[in-house]
Amino acid sequence: MSRLITRRKVMTTALTALGGASGLAVAARLADRYGLIPPDHGGLYGAGETLTYASHRLLTARGSLAREFRPDQISKVAPINGPPPTAFDYEQLLRRGFTNWRLEIDGLVARPSSFSLADLHGFPVSRQITHQACEEGWSFIAEWIGVPLGYVLNLVGASPNARYVVFYAYDDDWESIDMADASHPQTLLAYGMNGTDLPAGHGAPLRLRLPRQLGYKSIKYIAQISVVDTLKDIGDGSGSSAPGYGYSWYAGI
Amino acid sequence: MRATHWLTAASFIGLAVSGVAILLAHPRLYWGETGALGTPSLIDLPLPFMLTGQSGWGRYLHFLSAWIAVLTGAVYVLGGTRAHHFRHDLFRPAQPAKYNVVQRITYAAVVFVLFPLMIWTGLAMSPGVTSVLPLLVTSMGGQQSARTIHFIVASLLVLFVVGHVAMVVFAGFTRQVGAMILGGEPSASEVQT
Repeated sequence: MSRLITRRKVMTTALTALGGASGLAVAARLADRYGLIPPDHGGLYGAGETLTYASHRLLTARGSLAREFRPDQISKVAPINGPPPTAFDYEQLLRRGFTNWRLEIDGLVARPSSFSLADLHGFPVSRQITHQACEEGWSFIAEWIGVPLGYVLNLVGASPNARYVVFYAYDDDWESIDMADASHPQTLLAYGMNGTDLPAGHGAPLRLRLPRQLGYKSIKYIAQISVVDTLKDIGDGSGSSAPGYGYSWYAGI
Repeated sequence: MRATHWLTAASFIGLAVSGVAILLAHPRLYWGETGALGTPSLIDLPLPFMLTGQSGWGRYLHFLSAWIAVLTGAVYVLGGTRAHHFRHDLFRPAQPAKYNVVQRITYAAVVFVLFPLMIWTGLAMSPGVTSVLPLLVTSMGGQQSARTIHFIVASLLVLFVVGHVAMVVFAGFTRQVGAMILGGEPSASEVQT
């Protein structure tokens, strides 16, 4: 290979760099429009996160379903990561069997609503036996009973401009998912587990079940749901409390 | 091709370090679909359980490094095929061969068996990917089996890298690494894996 630096070589390199840079800029705009950029796309690890999230969204674009299992495959041990919230209002609710608990739904919805646990039980019931893996490495299989989130979003009239659904919990955790997950048939607002009411440690009275992502994404102890078109104004803008602890917003891997 | 070697080396270090960080959150291995404390394990590694948040940056670094390793690997395999590197140096070497038979088998196993198995078992642990391709995980015997195989193959790759670096050192570190950075061809008797 010639080691001479010719004018042609300099021109070709410059044009390639320019083309590459403008190509990247166009790709970034397109990726944002089609929802391929995760909220925690900045920083040192942002490129890896963006590649993972974008490739998963393209790969699962046709609404792929998480694996489901037989009743005899349900795990005998379903570990709990951390105790239920100790906040006074949560303990009051727990003591009264969540009879005075309400789920508030607001944001970009035609009919901001408030549902009791009995209301949720009156909606179409969905059951799934799915695998839940913790990012730490352990996992279990359980049956989850609840109402599809998509059904509730239809009921309250979520706006076509909605891009994310945000969840706020009694333990001050918050989480968000994109509309691909929010409208997915296996995404449940779960109030039951293995044939009984959801145990306190597993997120009573209501938790999210998102079987195409790891366990920490399935937020427990839900108090409020908000439908939004951007996550930039919420908290530090990284989409959930997980990035604040050093964990990625997207947990499909 | 030399650039792919050093990109692979950098991403391998990233993958190994972050892999250990993730493993330390739960240094216990299982077989089948599920496994947790309170269920039988396959291997209890003599390591502490560390829940100090290191699996967070571990996971970020692991997947960034994995993307670099996989993209680099794709360039390397395409380039190596086009330049007939695999055929001439590995499968049907000219006489006298550049590498001995043990080196050739080891190298071929690393490139065509161990690395693909790492990618396969890695993807088999992803609930997003297996929703599209469930065969990735069922063929491995379950999500926890995939995690266990991922660990064992990773250990074999670390062993290979240790042996590989040791051989470079014995064969004359300066000259070998100089050839790897600047190119050029050391004489046949000096070349190791």
